Amino acid sequence: MGILHEHFFVASFNSLLALSQQEELVDLPKDYLLSESEDEGDGGGERKHQKLLEAISSLDGKNRRKLAERSEASLKVSEFNVSSEGSGEKLVLADLLEPVKTSSSLATVKKQLNRVKSKKTVELPLNKEEIERIHREVAFNKTSQVLSKWDPIVLKNRQAEQLVFPLEKEEPVIAPIEHVLSSWKARTPLEQEIFNLLHKNKQPVTDPLLTPVEKASLQAMSLEEAKMRRAELQRARALQSYYEAKARREKKIKSKKYHKVVKKGKAKKALKEFEQLRKVNPAAALEELEKIEKARMMERMSLKHQNSGKWAKSKAIMAKYDLEARQAMQEQLAKNKELTQKLQVASESEEEEGGAEEVEELLVPDAVNEVQMNVDGPNPWMLRSCTTDTREAATEEEDPEQLPEPVAHEVSESEGEERPVAEEDILLREFEERRSLRKKSDLNQDAEPAGSQETKDSSSQEVLSELKALSQKLKENHQSRKQKASSEGTVPQVQREEPAPEEEESLLLQRPERVQMLEELEKEEWFQNKELSRPVLEGHWSEKTPNNHPDAPKKKKKEQMIDLQNLLTTQSLSVKSLAVPTVEMLEDEVERNQRQMIKEAFAGDDVIRDFLKEKREAVEASKPKDVDLTLPGWGEWGGVGLKPSAKKRRRFLIKAPEGPPRKDKNLPNVIINEKRNIHAAAHQVRVLPYPFTHHRQFERTIQTPIGSTWNTQRAFQKLTTPKVITKPGHIIKPIKAEDVGYRSSSRSDLSVIQRNPKRVTTRHKKQLKKNSVD
Amino acid sequence: MKVKMLSRNPDNYVRETKFDLQRVPRNYDPALHPFEVPREYVRALNATKLERVFAKPFLASLDGHRDGVNCLAKHPKNLATVLSGACDGEVRIWNLTQRKCIRTIQAHEGFVRGICTRFCGTSFFTVGDDKTVKQWKMDGPGYGEEEEPLHTILGKTVYTGIDHHWKEAVFATCGQQVDIWDEQRTNPICSMTWGFDSISSVKFNPIETFLLGSCASDRNIVLYDMRQATPLKKVILDMRTNTICWNPMEAFIFTAANEDYNLYTFDMRALDTPVMVHMDHVSAVLDVDYSPTGKEFVSASFDKSIRIFPVDKSRSREVYHTKRMQHVICVKWTSDSKYIMCGSDEMNIRLWKANASEKLGVLTSREKAAKDYNQKLKEKFQHHPHIKRIARHRHLPKSIYSQIQEQRIMKEARRRKEVNRIKHSKPGSVPVVSEKKKHIVAVVK
Repeated sequence: MGILHEHFFVASFNSLLALSQQEELVDLPKDYLLSESEDEGDGGGERKHQKLLEAISSLDGKNRRKLAERSEASLKVSEFNVSSEGSGEKLVLADLLEPVKTSSSLATVKKQLNRVKSKKTVELPLNKEEIERIHREVAFNKTSQVLSKWDPIVLKNRQAEQLVFPLEKEEPVIAPIEHVLSSWKARTPLEQEIFNLLHKNKQPVTDPLLTPVEKASLQAMSLEEAKMRRAELQRARALQSYYEAKARREKKIKSKKYHKVVKKGKAKKALKEFEQLRKVNPAAALEELEKIEKARMMERMSLKHQNSGKWAKSKAIMAKYDLEARQAMQEQLAKNKELTQKLQVASESEEEEGGAEEVEELLVPDAVNEVQMNVDGPNPWMLRSCTTDTREAATEEEDPEQLPEPVAHEVSESEGEERPVAEEDILLREFEERRSLRKKSDLNQDAEPAGSQETKDSSSQEVLSELKALSQKLKENHQSRKQKASSEGTVPQVQREEPAPEEEESLLLQRPERVQMLEELEKEEWFQNKELSRPVLEGHWSEKTPNNHPDAPKKKKKEQMIDLQNLLTTQSLSVKSLAVPTVEMLEDEVERNQRQMIKEAFAGDDVIRDFLKEKREAVEASKPKDVDLTLPGWGEWGGVGLKPSAKKRRRFLIKAPEGPPRKDKNLPNVIINEKRNIHAAAHQVRVLPYPFTHHRQFERTIQTPIGSTWNTQRAFQKLTTPKVITKPGHIIKPIKAEDVGYRSSSRSDLSVIQRNPKRVTTRHKKQLKKNSVD
Repeated sequence: MKVKMLSRNPDNYVRETKFDLQRVPRNYDPALHPFEVPREYVRALNATKLERVFAKPFLASLDGHRDGVNCLAKHPKNLATVLSGACDGEVRIWNLTQRKCIRTIQAHEGFVRGICTRFCGTSFFTVGDDKTVKQWKMDGPGYGEEEEPLHTILGKTVYTGIDHHWKEAVFATCGQQVDIWDEQRTNPICSMTWGFDSISSVKFNPIETFLLGSCASDRNIVLYDMRQATPLKKVILDMRTNTICWNPMEAFIFTAANEDYNLYTFDMRALDTPVMVHMDHVSAVLDVDYSPTGKEFVSASFDKSIRIFPVDKSRSREVYHTKRMQHVICVKWTSDSKYIMCGSDEMNIRLWKANASEKLGVLTSREKAAKDYNQKLKEKFQHHPHIKRIARHRHLPKSIYSQIQEQRIMKEARRRKEVNRIKHSKPGSVPVVSEKKKHIVAVVK
């Protein structure tokens, strides 16, 4: 029957057939052409038939499959109500291929499609609910993670002793009135009228506080600027006053030496500056040179330093006998020489120095006045000083140990600053001297005038070399002094150390004897004591001694060296021996315990008497006690062994009032506890409150008073601080991440939404995949 | 003979300036001040009694609405300004210091369902039964201007609630779904839905501002993440939740006001067990609002009373009611945490002190010290029976009182039955469910 039908409708229902045969089509080979095969399975036949019938019945258009209808008015349509037409019927590729078979031009396409058909199908995507559920779960986990950063803060706030709200201190923002008014406009007629009036009178409208004149005056100088200026002026004044004070102080100093040093320092400085100036600015240097020249001329004209003044003459008389006077004169002359000396520069190489010096030494005259005769020499005064210097240096090299002594002496004598200056001066002088010498030799050897350029260069070189030499010398000096000092320091140390061991030895030798003696003494004493007091324990002690004896007496020995009295009292030892448990005692205890146990076991024998005793005790205890207020020694003699008289005692004894009769008075077999006060019980806590675990804890909290009567002011304040403090009139804003040190998310919530309304991250995808596998 | 003079260091008794406190030498020897516990006990008792004597929480009633007050909103920058929306579509702005209405707007036709202020305080939003969202300027219209909303959004469905983002120009409405809007646009940025019942309230988290919570009439509370545009989790309770409120100091804690007379405080990371079940109301709880300190919240109930609960206690510490106050629909705790406002059915907004016996105004330092001391004493002796009794005593309207008794009996009966059931069945066959878990039906992921 089915087959017949099929044959009959083949032409018109090709597509339907294809649908019904979908399962077989998958298995068919590639070059399969749709044919009316008649060999079908029995099971499939029935179903196919049914389908066919349905298809036919739906053809006539009258009773097509009904669509699900929406009866409610709602914008949202549930996916449960929606039904897809022809459910369970899939579109198959073969369906599409079937019409193609006639046209041969599409054969290649057909082949390709056939190949595609054989490939494995992609898995079905998860249904919508499932996906949404996964999204939700992922999002929830993420959010929970974000929120858990608040845990420590929440915990902290919950446990905080005190919270002060608002949490963040907010500075009140006061907008200037101009800003407020700028956005405001006069609208009503009254306002407009008022503003017109104000404008007419040139009154300030936006800034009602200041007129233009005031504003200008304000702008002229700001407060800060004025303050700064004032501060500057003050500083300048202060500096000036300091400077003046310093100058005055310096002026007052009478020491000639000091002034000399200062002058020399100044001169040196001037020279240095000149040198520098020469390098930097030759023109200015020339001017300076002219000045010096002028000064020289002046000097030559004047008789100031010619030793021709009154003072100089007087000194000249003395010079023969007085060294100082002689020196003073020499200095005068030296000054003159220096000032009148023409500034000339000579070139000389370094190598010649040594030779020159040797020559110098030969040339050096002994007497002071002889030098003066050496007219052609450049600066005879300097010569002498130079030679002395060199000599000194020589002596230094010969025996460095001798020299430092006078140096130290000098240091102690002269002021700290002065010494190095003098040294430098000496060196400078030497330097100058050498220069002049070289010049002389130059002049002697060849009178060729060197070019100005050359001389300059050579002179600068010279200066450098000389400076090097000077610095070296200075260093040497310092080192030698140091060495000296150290050598001096070490020697006595060594000497000091030596006698110490000897002393120690002697002490060591002596001590044991003494200690031994003490020990013996002690032992004897102790033994005696021991034997007297406790002969029983001796054996035991002899056992113990090796353990505790040796260190105990040793410790004592030292003390006993100071105080012999301690020797005689051996209390500590005896105590120690007492504390040691004995075997016998232990045995005793065991016996007693056993006896007690037996006693307890048979204690029930005398219950009645015990009970009576107990009751009597309870009654006694509950009775109010008499109060004795007698003070011994008042009104009569007091002291050891003396008792206040009976009369007095009677007088000051306050008898306790007889209490109410006991409730168990007439009940011989009962003890009623009358300690519990019913009136107080009404005020007492019956159940231990929640956070406390033991009644003691609770009692302790109650017993510590918090009032100012019992506590100092500070403690009272601390004890009564409220847990939450709010300020009236202050808005408390919700806690912010920034307040508690977290960085709030920089992205705004809004921007995130707008960028990716439904973003599926890689993690989501992973989870999706996992879920689909499950 | 040498006579020793008495000499004292003036530093010990002369104060440095006249503004310093006088030095009062005191001997703190405990022997000289005996009976510290009984004395402090009496002080505590007196303090407790005085607290009850001075407990006058009611401050003012703001009348002017011509229908029940349906919603309240605080001004974020100004403590004295309060906004209220009524059931006749009227919005009023009140000045609390003057206790006067300063502005009246006919905002909607039908109920004003929700009202919220922008975080900067320059404008506010209302939603109503007429399917519109309107934005209004906070300041009144200038001279010659008309009272008009800044923006009006015409929606397709009724909006039942609105809340504004705490930092950005975004607000959320609820109705058939939760919509998140940009202030500049007329279409929502995103709509989130889970289930098909209408959502009655939506609230932004004030700390982690991308979080939202909503409650729907199919008994569930749904949490949303605005940034990921997806719901997070849903918890289904025994009965419908009317509204929720986030704790402003603890980012993950919120409290839900339920129809089953209870309030539930949840940690949003563990929705299967509420952190605390707050019970004391004898009728449906309609609204809840946290104190800005995050330590307490206030709830408004259909039983004509409002109650203040500490966050960590299951019982309320305070109940406020007046003879004339009817079903309380909305309640707000002011931002300085000193006052509470509630709007009720009978067209009034009432202003209460958050701390009933607190003295208003500036306190001198001695008053402050005494107040702190008394507070500490009350805390210290709070477990003592007399003090406990006095501190707990509240006068209640007869209806509430009798209902409490009735419910106590019912609860006891239920408990007894359960105990009996456990007793007479095989051990382990009847599970013991804790009070916290009893009310949670399911948690849906």
